[in-house]
Amino acid sequence: MILGLYNYWVVVVLMMVGFYIVIAHGNLIKKIVGLTIFQTSVFIFYISMAKVEGGTAPILTDGVEQYSNPLPHVLILTAIVVGIATTALALALVVRIKEAYGSIEEEEIQEKDNLDC
Amino acid sequence: MLAHLPILQVIVPLMAAPLCLFINRSRVVWLFTLFVSGLAFLISSLLLQQVMTSGTIVYDLGGWDAPWGIEYRIDQLNAFLLLIISAISTVVLFAAHTSIREEIPASRHTLFYILYLLTLAGMLGIVATGDAFNVFVFLEISSLSAYALIALGKDRRALWASYQYLIMGTIGATFILIGIGLMYQMTGTLNMDDLSKRLPEVEQTRTVFTAFAFVIVGICLKLAMFPLHLWLPNAYAYAPSIVTAFLAATATKVAIYLLIRFTFTIFGLSFSFTHVPLQILFLVLGLAGIFVASTVAIYQTNIKHLFAYSSIAQIGYMIVGFSVSSVAGLTATLLHLFNHALMKSALFLALGAVMYRIGSTQLNKFQGLGRQMPLTMAAIVVGGLSLIGVPLTVGFVSKWFLVVAVIENGWWPVAVLILLGSLLAVVYVWRIVEAAYFKPALAGTETIKEAPLAFLIPVWILVIANIYFGIDTRLSVEVAQAASMNLFQGLSGVSP
Repeated sequence: MILGLYNYWVVVVLMMVGFYIVIAHGNLIKKIVGLTIFQTSVFIFYISMAKVEGGTAPILTDGVEQYSNPLPHVLILTAIVVGIATTALALALVVRIKEAYGSIEEEEIQEKDNLDC
Repeated sequence: MLAHLPILQVIVPLMAAPLCLFINRSRVVWLFTLFVSGLAFLISSLLLQQVMTSGTIVYDLGGWDAPWGIEYRIDQLNAFLLLIISAISTVVLFAAHTSIREEIPASRHTLFYILYLLTLAGMLGIVATGDAFNVFVFLEISSLSAYALIALGKDRRALWASYQYLIMGTIGATFILIGIGLMYQMTGTLNMDDLSKRLPEVEQTRTVFTAFAFVIVGICLKLAMFPLHLWLPNAYAYAPSIVTAFLAATATKVAIYLLIRFTFTIFGLSFSFTHVPLQILFLVLGLAGIFVASTVAIYQTNIKHLFAYSSIAQIGYMIVGFSVSSVAGLTATLLHLFNHALMKSALFLALGAVMYRIGSTQLNKFQGLGRQMPLTMAAIVVGGLSLIGVPLTVGFVSKWFLVVAVIENGWWPVAVLILLGSLLAVVYVWRIVEAAYFKPALAGTETIKEAPLAFLIPVWILVIANIYFGIDTRLSVEVAQAASMNLFQGLSGVSP
């Protein structure tokens, strides 16, 4: 039970770690790190799901009957690209925030905003 | 050509976006974007006409048959949404050139139009596609470009708002991705039509419940349902005016569409509303959203904030209509979706005109504007009346349908609460009217003139649409009813 679902346990742990970092940390870069871990856990989840017991890589050769499912791999390639785009955009925003506020700590930014109001 | 309309709907704005880079001259790019958006509007009108006369259109991408290839499936609901999105986008764009000249540096104008087209393409894609994973991809196309659009705002708080929206939006989208993964694991398919057939066979498993929970929470984050709305007010308040008008009218509507599509079509009514206590949950959260957001709106000093909170309250009405889970309730939700898009685009575009003239949307700067910008302020008043739900405006039509649907279900107290919620809208709209018409103008503001025609024409097109569809409800009601009947029919196989 525990060993058989080894991959899924990893997914759950990574997901919660990432999610916790996003919520708990005030540093904008750390939040992005957390978000990336969170997304990565989903990539692993898709990839684990595609594995067929006893199956090999989905390349047609003689003597092989069973193949792993290639579709989730393809899906997750797309999701990885999306993830990179998200991270890149988030980092670009942090650079602009640093220029505008002089800080990348959530609390300090909130404080400066409150002064503006 | 006509057979390829479903894909052209998405591909035209998507391909047009990079082309803007080659043009790279503000005015020409604007005209080009306007042309492309107008083309999308034309396509969506043709699609709606086709769907209303001859039923659902199924389009296989690249000629691959449905469960293997990606399929675009346009029924009444999709066509209705496509029409709303492309119509609002086109009208709002009329004012874009004038508005962004003031709010965005000239070097970024081309980028603005590229992002705008990408957002449009993403939203049209979400609605047009019949494939669950495709939804995620288009969702991210539209969201990522929307984050960048919001960050173009003049105020530095726009950056912070955009960052917060990015974090929340990505969590939401990833939740949806997890849900889709679990669904695929159980059924081995991503095609929505296929999913709806195969999910009932495994619906008692814990995996399907988990999938459902992830998808619903993800979508609710995207649609800013109370209490997952925290990203919305700042994002709308600090984005450039055009962006606010466009997103407020369309982005949350697309998420509502996804909610309807996933609960009604994919998981099915019996699963969504009997195995899971979605009805009572959404009813309570919808009503809480109406009251909390409306009350918060009353205390805002920035009018853009005020209307952003009012948007959250209006989403509450849509959620209440959704939770009734009858043909009448869903019709009310769809009608309100259409009507709210008209109201909010008119209001935020009028605020864009105010921003253009006085460079601020703070309530205290509105003093005396009723005399200096009579046409713009009149537009805000009509939009406000529509928000309240005064007869002869669209707001009345959808609230009427909603109250009737709720009463049909025997929920008298809910009907009373909906009407009480409208009273809160009276309060926050009155604050603007009071400032604009009953207070003396501030010193040194004598030179403020009426907004330029570039604003007045699109604003008044939307305002007149607000009144027109409040009187002649044939088009909106007919389509909304057909769409919701179709959703219920697909479930039981018999006509209701």
